[in-house]
Amino acid sequence: MCVTCGCGESEAAIQSHGHAHDHAHAHDHADDHLHGALPHSHPHDEKRRVSLEQDILAKNAALAASNRHLFLELGVFVLNLVSSPGSGKTSLLSRTVQVLRDEFPVAVISGDQQTANDAERIMAAGAPALQINTGKGCHLDAHGIGQALERLPLPKGGVLFIENVGNLVCPADFDLGEAAKVVILSVTEGEDKPLKYPNMFAASQLMLLNKTDLLPHLDFDLAQCLDNARRVNHEVDILQLSARTGEGLEAWLNWVRRGRHAALAAQISQLETELAAARAHLIHGGGTIRRSII
Amino acid sequence: MHEFSLCEGIIDTITAQTHQQGFSRVQRVWLEIGALANVELEALRFAFALVRQDTVAAAAELDIITLPGRAWCLDCAQAIEINQFFDPCPRCGGHQWRLTGGNELRIKEMEVE
Repeated sequence: MCVTCGCGESEAAIQSHGHAHDHAHAHDHADDHLHGALPHSHPHDEKRRVSLEQDILAKNAALAASNRHLFLELGVFVLNLVSSPGSGKTSLLSRTVQVLRDEFPVAVISGDQQTANDAERIMAAGAPALQINTGKGCHLDAHGIGQALERLPLPKGGVLFIENVGNLVCPADFDLGEAAKVVILSVTEGEDKPLKYPNMFAASQLMLLNKTDLLPHLDFDLAQCLDNARRVNHEVDILQLSARTGEGLEAWLNWVRRGRHAALAAQISQLETELAAARAHLIHGGGTIRRSII
Repeated sequence: MHEFSLCEGIIDTITAQTHQQGFSRVQRVWLEIGALANVELEALRFAFALVRQDTVAAAAELDIITLPGRAWCLDCAQAIEINQFFDPCPRCGGHQWRLTGGNELRIKEMEVE
């Protein structure tokens, strides 16, 4: 046992020398002391402890960062649309692309366990679309999006909508490289959904409350629903609409248009930085050429 | 059941580290999981028991350390503890707080031989 902190022999670290012992490791005793305050060494046996301190989702995070970099370079505003099955994502997207395709390039990636129905509906609405079938999978991940982008040309300077698998749990954890998650909740689902699936509502920047045309026929407490959403995420934007009647659609389209503007501004800023760097190289290199001519 | 995906990530990471550092087997893995992380711990244990088969961690035990939910209340300008996303600030009862900890999904360390 370590005489300084009391940790067991089996907890010896990978370093095989008297070390500063500033790595973290778990203890089986309750003492709350500052581990690492005093340099000390441990005797070692065959078992070694290796400190990792790695995010379980590190691989997905790295692939998402790579997707995000690509989106920035090409000035694409990317949204990850999440909801339970049947909230009206595909109907909303069909109406959305019908309007926006006349303003700038749009494309859709649809994720479902099976069938290409959603992508077919989007293509019928006039936008390029690609279906990812996850099989038994319950969410899209950054790797799957990266692969899809090899087959679906990115809408440069426009908007890519990623329609995630209908599931209010798992997609919350998987960053795809999007600018924002948009959670869609339909009024037929009940006003307590934000409390039942808080991780998804906490991870989203915008909540769309869909099927508002049905409100007169339901015992849906609208004020309670909005309050529940804000209790989980006080910063979330909320828009109410009906994909069927088109009521409230314009506010959503404007939200997308503003996001696209921001993505283009970010692309311009990135390009200006690169341009300034290239100019600096030219000035430096140009001086060298003149001297050599003389 | 994205716990299976998470376990595949855990196995990938510890397998790579085990080989890289010249060890042959993993005997124990410590995870740090935040109280608000989107994970069902029983499902994670179940998935780990299946995913570890035929890997360097085939006999590895899983230890899960739960980290508390922590937030900063914007109204109180104080650090607070919370257990759920819909919890109010225990001081002022408001919801104007930002999460500062408690959604961790981390592989802390492993015991190898």
